[in-house]
Amino acid sequence: MTQPIVKASNLARFYEVKDGFLSKPKTVKALAGVDFELSPGKTLAVVGESGCGKSTLARLITMIEEPTEGTLNIDGTEITPSVWADMRETVAIVFQDPYGSLNPRQRIGQILEEPLVINRRDMSAADREAAAREMIEMVGLRPEHYDRYPHMFSGGQRQRIAIARALMLDPKVLVLDEPVSALDVSIQSQILNLLVELQDRLDLAYLFISHDLSVVKHFADDVIVMYLARAVEKASKETLFETPRHPYSKALLSTTPHADPEGKKERIKLEGELPSPMNVPLGCAFAARCWLATEACRKSVPNLEGTDHKVACLHPL
Amino acid sequence: MSLLRIRNLSVDFATASGQFRAVDGVDVTLEKGELLAIVGESGSGKSVSMLAVMGLLPWTATITADEMSFEGRDLTKITPRERRSIIGKDMAMIFQEPMSSLNPCFTVGFQIKEALRIHMGMDRATRNNRAVELFDQVGIPDAASRLNTFPHQMSGGMNQRVMIAMAIACNPKLLIADEPTTALDVTIQAQILDLLIRLRDEQDMGLVLITHDMGVVAETAERVSVQYAGQKVEEQPVKDLFRHPYHPYTSALLSALPERATSKILPTIPGVVPGQFDRPQGCLFSPRCQFADEKCAQTPPVPCGPEQGRALCHHVDAIEAGEMA
Ligand SMILES: Nc1ncnc2c1ncn2[C@@H]1O[C@H](COP(=O)(O)OP(=O)(O)OP(=O)(O)O)[C@@H](O)[C@H]1O
Ligand SMILES: Nc1ncnc2c1ncn2[C@@H]1O[C@H](COP(=O)(O)OP(=O)(O)OP(=O)(O)O)[C@@H](O)[C@H]1O
Ligand SMILES: [Mg+2]
Ligand SMILES: [Mg+2]
Repeated sequence: MTQPIVKASNLARFYEVKDGFLSKPKTVKALAGVDFELSPGKTLAVVGESGCGKSTLARLITMIEEPTEGTLNIDGTEITPSVWADMRETVAIVFQDPYGSLNPRQRIGQILEEPLVINRRDMSAADREAAAREMIEMVGLRPEHYDRYPHMFSGGQRQRIAIARALMLDPKVLVLDEPVSALDVSIQSQILNLLVELQDRLDLAYLFISHDLSVVKHFADDVIVMYLARAVEKASKETLFETPRHPYSKALLSTTPHADPEGKKERIKLEGELPSPMNVPLGCAFAARCWLATEACRKSVPNLEGTDHKVACLHPL
Repeated sequence: MSLLRIRNLSVDFATASGQFRAVDGVDVTLEKGELLAIVGESGSGKSVSMLAVMGLLPWTATITADEMSFEGRDLTKITPRERRSIIGKDMAMIFQEPMSSLNPCFTVGFQIKEALRIHMGMDRATRNNRAVELFDQVGIPDAASRLNTFPHQMSGGMNQRVMIAMAIACNPKLLIADEPTTALDVTIQAQILDLLIRLRDEQDMGLVLITHDMGVVAETAERVSVQYAGQKVEEQPVKDLFRHPYHPYTSALLSALPERATSKILPTIPGVVPGQFDRPQGCLFSPRCQFADEKCAQTPPVPCGPEQGRALCHHVDAIEAGEMA
């Protein structure tokens, strides 16, 4: 067994927000204690409801924000803000919103060279340009794109630029926040293939955040299912897709649309109030939408239990 | 009279390196209460063609069309004032980039109530109630207090739902939804799609759904139009398209789906979409097409008949007959 390159334990992140103009601030528990280990060459997928804290987790692992609680160890180093600068090259991120994350006033060439300008000061301008051009080709863009601005690209092309930028510094861990959700199928498969190749070649570890279970099923080794700031199930991909044990995981799997207009649908339709991190229910957060929930579920938060296949549910399937 | 009728729409952009044709002779027809999905390669002009309909392209764009009408009204001839009264009210769009279409300086509640004030002339209390109702409909929990938050305080998917709420706020007759659910988990996605379909059923709203999620297309659309490099290359009812694609691009697209994958490396379409400088003379897909020959490289194809999905391809018959292996 290789040593894990990322070890997160009990990671949590809270935000203070103002709910009306004069009322006192409330705490949003965006992430309420998540544990995992990630090994080189492996892909850990994180799936779950919108707003359940996936991007928050990504920001903690990428050292953009400091956890409110918990510890993070990357490549053998305990992470505190004082070591952020030294560790930046080790972890790179591809953001969910490729447009918002690309500077509209920079040309693509500059965008790709910027990490080199900051982190590889001894590199000559010509070498930087060569590296950027090579990367443009690697992610399937065209040479003439080197001089263009982000607004001149389609959504999918912009995501390729974001992936190219993340790879410029040869990171060991790549956090991919919905990396292919803006891409059409054929480019999605090119990017997934590219990610597979890079992982094989460079032994990269991926933290792969996605809503698309058909992509996760294809791509991941292990999967964490999150619901309202917590992990509710954790298993190998095979196990999770064959025998989901948490009702939310089961609902997710049953609702995933299939590219077959004539296939039969057995969708578990969820009803009931969506939970809010500003107003966390006392017991299991999924209870309000769960068809198996009992009184006990509304009283206390179930722990994530089990050895290889972990689930946080009083009535697992 | 069709709700939306577009004939031979082309859009050219002026760029530093010359003219670039993003949309090339596209036809779209949509009836009241109909659901059309537009799929296709990234950069194939799906968003640009619909932004042209909405009149939302920058000045660098030149738009030409034989016809572009909404409920029989010629969109190329209306005054800016008339346009403002239609756009956002009778014709609304859910944009592909939720973050860049919301104003970061105002609360989301203010933004949605402003639209209701301008287009619906509602009083303050009615606006507030309607805003809460809309947030509930799109599944934003804690609707009343969420109205006071700013876009950056919400997750990507929540901003997307705010955009959806804004788009349906004024009961549009035509809704163009550009990748409306990409940032949402499938349980919410199902809820949003159910909502859009309900609006379609109850209010006879016409819906154009731009998406690359073939699962969503398979489960919601009635008719599918496939675009490649600015052109429409095929159009069929949804079942027929999945059962029997005619254009080689459509076939390649369907076989690249991860859910049809048999190995870790997925089938892809070699090469990239033609750019400004290597636009082929003939069929635009020919440089990447396994069936392409000399004729494809030289002569632009004309669409086949509707029984062959109006496929823009020279060799539909020969490929069918297995003569082009
Ligand atoms: N800066 C912030 N201030 C206040 N609340 C925040 C902030 N950032 C995130 N949140 C809240 O924390 C929760 C988790 O957000 P996060 O962006 O991690 O969700 P997510 O799982 O990535 O969702 P999505 O799939 O929609 O992108 C959300 O309820 C969000 O509104
Ligand atoms: N303002 C602009 N200036 C120059 N070119 C542009 C501009 N806006 C879009 N384009 C180009 O027009 C083409 C069509 O873009 P469009 O955004 O319509 O693609 P799309 O089909 O919506 O793709 P995606 O699935 O990635 O969203 C692209 O090649 C894009 O680079
Ligand atoms: Mg997110
Ligand atoms: Mg688009």
